[in-house]
Amino acid sequence: MQENENISHEHDDDEQHEHAHDDNDTPQHTHEHDDDGQHEHEHHHEESFIRKYIFSLDHKMIGKQFLIYGLIMLFVGGGLALLFRWQLAYPGRPLPIIGASQQYIDEGEIVTSNDKRWDKIFESEKEELMETHFPNGVIEDKTYNMLFTMHATIMVFFVVVPILVGAFGNFLIPLMIGTRDMAFPILNMLSFWLAVLAAIVMAAGFFVPGGHAGAGWTGYAPLSVDPQWTDVGWGQNLWAISLLIQGFSSLVGSINYITTVINMRAPGMTFFRLPLVIWSLFIVAILLLLAFPVLSSALALLIFDRLAGTTFFTTTPEGGGDPLLWQHLFWFFGHPEVYILILPGMGIASELIAVNSRKPIFGYRSMVYAMIAIAFLGWIVWGHHMFQSGMRPGMGSFFMTTTMLIAVPSAIKTFNWLGTMFRGSIRFTTPMLHGIAFVSMFVIGGLSGIYMANTPVDIYIHDTYYIVAHIHYVVFGGSLFAMFGGIVFWYPKMYGKYMNDTLNKIHFWITFIAFNCTFFPMHILGVGGHMRRIANPQFYDFLQGFEGMNIFITMSAFTLGFAQLILVFNFFWSMKRGKVAEKNPWNVTTLEWEAPTPVPHGNFAQIPTVYRGPYEYSVPGEESDWLPQAQPEHAPASAGD
Amino acid sequence: MLRWLPPNISEYAQGIDTLFELIYWITVVAFVLVMGTLIVFLIKYRHREGHRAEYIEGSTKLEIIWTAATTVIVFGLAMLSFPQWNNLKSAPDNPDYVVQVRGEQFNWYMIYPGPDNEIGTEDDLELENELHVPEDKLVQIILTSKDVIHSFFIPNLRLKQDALPNRFLDNIKFQAREPGTYEIPCAELCGFGHTTMVGFLHVHTQEEYDDWVKEQWPE
Ligand code: HEM
Ligand SMILES: [Cu+2]
Ligand SMILES: [Cu+2]
Repeated sequence: MQENENISHEHDDDEQHEHAHDDNDTPQHTHEHDDDGQHEHEHHHEESFIRKYIFSLDHKMIGKQFLIYGLIMLFVGGGLALLFRWQLAYPGRPLPIIGASQQYIDEGEIVTSNDKRWDKIFESEKEELMETHFPNGVIEDKTYNMLFTMHATIMVFFVVVPILVGAFGNFLIPLMIGTRDMAFPILNMLSFWLAVLAAIVMAAGFFVPGGHAGAGWTGYAPLSVDPQWTDVGWGQNLWAISLLIQGFSSLVGSINYITTVINMRAPGMTFFRLPLVIWSLFIVAILLLLAFPVLSSALALLIFDRLAGTTFFTTTPEGGGDPLLWQHLFWFFGHPEVYILILPGMGIASELIAVNSRKPIFGYRSMVYAMIAIAFLGWIVWGHHMFQSGMRPGMGSFFMTTTMLIAVPSAIKTFNWLGTMFRGSIRFTTPMLHGIAFVSMFVIGGLSGIYMANTPVDIYIHDTYYIVAHIHYVVFGGSLFAMFGGIVFWYPKMYGKYMNDTLNKIHFWITFIAFNCTFFPMHILGVGGHMRRIANPQFYDFLQGFEGMNIFITMSAFTLGFAQLILVFNFFWSMKRGKVAEKNPWNVTTLEWEAPTPVPHGNFAQIPTVYRGPYEYSVPGEESDWLPQAQPEHAPASAGD
Repeated sequence: MLRWLPPNISEYAQGIDTLFELIYWITVVAFVLVMGTLIVFLIKYRHREGHRAEYIEGSTKLEIIWTAATTVIVFGLAMLSFPQWNNLKSAPDNPDYVVQVRGEQFNWYMIYPGPDNEIGTEDDLELENELHVPEDKLVQIILTSKDVIHSFFIPNLRLKQDALPNRFLDNIKFQAREPGTYEIPCAELCGFGHTTMVGFLHVHTQEEYDDWVKEQWPE
């Protein structure tokens, strides 16, 4: 520990001098940095617009950039989902507004186009985008594949990770560990702009002939390998290239996070005084660092297969590749990835719950150990996605065991959240509502995981809507509720304003109710055997009974989608019109609230020293019910008014 | 919830429904306990003026108890599942009938071995999307695919297995108890015709089946 503190000290000296003329206009710089023209420029008071808002090196600005980026992509991904939800409720009916077609109005019926496609398949004539994707205003089957593939791809890689890891990670890590910026600000900027590039490449895929990728977000080979199986050309290539770029972005970002957390903690900030959200982001960064290269290599091989004629993922007698190789690589990355999606949510929820219960986290250390356990076990469960792919029964049993094992730390965390509320003094602020929603939705998602971890039961529910329900309970019910809560909670520190609380409460309740109406019935669809990734459930006799439920789900989904407009309106409106925020409105102990609001370049006037753990609420014998981490023993509160 | 399950006509897979039901009750109880506790806490420990939270950092005893309890439950479930899983996913010893099924965009092709009981010979019969079997007989499916991965799914038999190109999986078997016609959807995304890829399982009584055989291989 001693060693770590030394490093932090050294660093502080450096940085403090550099920033000195920024904060107090006292040009007492002594270090060689000053000869460096770039640094000089970087810390100038009058930063140019481009430096400040676009190619910013400031971790807070990069965090906000990631947030806006993620919110935009959230609407893209959500819009795609609403399009295909329409098709599921009303198969074959033209889309509202965009699909009002003459043929439907005239004849009241539409011919499906799969037959025509067979003839067309090797022809390369250019057609109107709308005509190919939505002939007569109807989502045709191939377009349907494209829509859900891109929905999931965008949500996983362009929404949840950029917001939870990119935005919150960037904004919170330096502030909460008490330092002035990330270890590598330029890499940090690079990480954001690589993500933008990836998004542009991904968006381009919608406009190439043949349409965008349509092999699922899991891109199973050989479907994703050979255009002859899907009639998709460059779309799938761009999908792979874009994810490769996104992989580099994550890689660069994670190196930065890891280095920053290890080396730049404020004096006194030992590892076991780190807030849980920082622990979660730290662990996630390690997972990203180790998992993403596996996906990247798989994608590179896929691109070789598609463009250079190799056969890694196909079986030709001469070639000797194997489609299952793709699944192994993908899920070896994919399972750690799903924990990458949820761990920051767990961290954020822990903050929200402790602060609003005015209590220390129950079992802080076991919370940390549970996350570490998840991070380790996450590497040996990937086979549970492949139970039906023909693996030997013995392998299935092995993966069932490890999967059951990983349910244990998840349960531990849930019990500890309950323990944190026990005998608390719970304030039902909007962030707390989101925290409570997180816990309850995660409980449902975790419990539904048990069904699928159970191999015999998984035979039946694999690849049905049961999985879809499970995914959304953990990723939407979990990660996104944590994200909403986190946005409302840290907004005053990010933008120096309060969000409108009435709008926030309305947004919460509509989202919470519509979310459950949308996704809970999907469990029932799954039990009924309703396959996922099909464009027309009405095609099957055994699914006839589910039409009403599908319509109900679609209506709830539209409500859920439109409710998000409230949040976004509030988000931008409050930036301009919100009430000016105090420095520490929620009475929180952690370091980010020590910084002035709005947080200046360099964060702290003086690097705080840390005297205690992050959750010292309601300490007996203390007058106020919170003891800031940076408050020296036996001294009056330094923050709060 | 479980009444939404389609009728189970499989001799082998009754156990799946039993396990399903067992897990259902375990999770319902766990859910009610956790959510009940949560709601009680939210009401009881809501913020009241002049009331302070109690400073509690944790309890090693409780941590051990709930870790142990969850571990026991999930491992108990795993233990119950091992034998079933092994049984369900292993090749049958002495099947009464063998049919080869090949997935190919976007149909199931059923290849019957004919009187000589061997696949790959002259008297094979290939049908599109029609699987004919007699009731109560042990049927083995040899599953393969011509192009991409498909998944052979018979909801009423609680049976699912991916079909892999150039591999011949022999681990699929069933014994159907109710004569009738059942759908065989494809459960793995296999391209733009995936939605409409469906075959039919015709379970016949033994006499009906024998008639069908006579019709196909007259003489
Ligand atoms: C109690 C803990 C959990 C267990 C036991 C569990 C178990 C499983 C199993 C067995 C599957 C594969 C089901 C199948 O395809 O047949 C699955 C799928 C999935 N799980 Fe979980 N899970 C758990 C928690 C989570 C969490 C925390 C997340 C993410 C935040 C998550 C995200 C997913 C996703 C995205 C899939 C679907 C992947 C796909 O096929 O597209 N799960 N889970
Ligand atoms: Cu997994
Ligand atoms: Cu299919």
